[in-house]
This record gives sequence, structure tokens and C-alpha cells, in this order.
Amino acid sequence: MVLATIFESVSIQYYLVLSSILFVIGVVGVLIRKNAIIVLMCVELMLNAVNLLLVAFSTFFGQSDGQLFVFFIMVVAAAEATVGLSILVLIYRNTRSVDIGLFNKLKD
Amino acid sequence: MNIETIAYILGGLTIGSALMVILSNHPMRSILYLVVTFFMISANYVLMNAQFLAIVNIIVYAGAIMVLFLFVLMMLNLSKDTEPKTSIAMKAAAVIAGGSLLVVFVAALSKGAHTAPGVSADSINNVGLVKVLGHELFTTYVLPFEISSVLFISAIVGAVLLAKREKQVLEQ
Repeated sequence: MVLATIFESVSIQYYLVLSSILFVIGVVGVLIRKNAIIVLMCVELMLNAVNLLLVAFSTFFGQSDGQLFVFFIMVVAAAEATVGLSILVLIYRNTRSVDIGLFNKLKD
Repeated sequence: MNIETIAYILGGLTIGSALMVILSNHPMRSILYLVVTFFMISANYVLMNAQFLAIVNIIVYAGAIMVLFLFVLMMLNLSKDTEPKTSIAMKAAAVIAGGSLLVVFVAALSKGAHTAPGVSADSINNVGLVKVLGHELFTTYVLPFEISSVLFISAIVGAVLLAKREKQVLEQ
């Protein structure tokens, strides 16, 4: 069975609102939580919200450019999560804590 | 159960698991809720016939990046007691800021075009298949594709260099 496009039943508004809500949940998570791992995870959540909206518009217009951009966003997110977590491990080794409230000065 | 009900239930589950990510006390539960969120987003991709991205999302995000987070979390051995706390005033300020950002987003985006443009059903059903995406990736977007391999090499070298332990000097 050929899948009819979903935008005939739910409109593109639905994915606009859903992606905005997920993005704002990520923003609030970055502002609320002080654990560095959770902050990195909320950044991944924000990137995924943008991915969802890009795929929605790519299907809406029938072009594959949005989905290829999502592919490159996943590449960048993987590289950034790797390097961010290795910096986190290094910080933990020096200070024995992942509380980002302690790292607001560049020296000491 | 038509497709609209499925889409709304899926959206509700996605938002619920994303909220539990930021509201859990234990960091391990936050990571597991984020894995659930990624699976829900992949289900949304399947609903839009983006098959390649649904599978790649599960493999890359839920299968590799989240496993990396879990490894780091288990190595740091955090628990609920060592979780740093934010004050109530800071939480209220963050929720108010996020809420106003959401209001601005929804207000700005809800007046756009509502009707689908006149694309052929063939192109809508074909976009998202591996063959079409692969053809585009290797003809139009071949330069970013090759440069992303350089990005990966630099990320690997950077991660290994940063996390390597320094050799201890042995006293003879």
C-alpha cells in the first residue's frame, strides 16, 4: 500500500508546533539543569527538534534537500557529542564534579 | 484509528518523554528517557515516509551517541545524591523564558501557508528512500560528504588526545 502523505490529514502546523515545543523543552533543560551531562543531552534534544522540522518540510515540498541536511546535522552532532564528553571527562578528572556552577571562572 | 490519531498520540508521547528528560532527578533515567524520545522521533520519521533517516536516527543517536553518554555516566558514577540543585527562582525564570519563547515561535509560525504545494505524489512517496537520497548525496552534495569525513577524523583525534591519561614517570 502506498503511504498517502500525512500532510493531508495533519497539517504542517502540527509539526511546526511539535518541533517548537521540543526545542523549547531543550532550552529550558539547558537553563534549569546544572549537571553537565544533562546539559549536553538537552543540546542533542534541540538538534533533534530541528531535524524533525527539516524532515517535515522536506516531505511537504517533495524535495530531498531537507533530509540530506538532517544527515549532516547528525554528523556534526555525533562529532560534537564525542568531543564534549571527552572534555567533560577531563574536567571530572581534575575537579571530581560535573556541576557547571563551579566552572564559571576561567582560572582557579 | 486513522493516521491523525496516531500522529497526535505519537506527538504526545514525544513531548511527554522529552519533559521527563529534564524533570528526572537521576541522570541515568534522563538518558533513558532521551532514548525513548529518539525512538518516538524516529516513529515520526516513519510516519512521514523518511525511511532512511528513521533507521539512521535509531542507529546513530539512540545506538551510538546515547550509549556513549551512558558509558561516561557510568564511569563518573553519579547518583541522585550528587545531583546539583538549582534554586526555585532560577527554575521559575527559566520556565518563564522558555514559555515566552514558545509563545513567540507558535505565534510567528502559525500564520504560514496551510495548503500543500502541488507536488506530484510520486516525488512525495520517493523522497526518503535510500536510492533517491543516495543519488542526491553523491551528486549534488558530494563536497560536504567528503568534508564530513575530515570532521570525523578531527573529532576522533581530539577525543583521544583530550581523554588520554598522562604517562606516570617511574622512579628507578
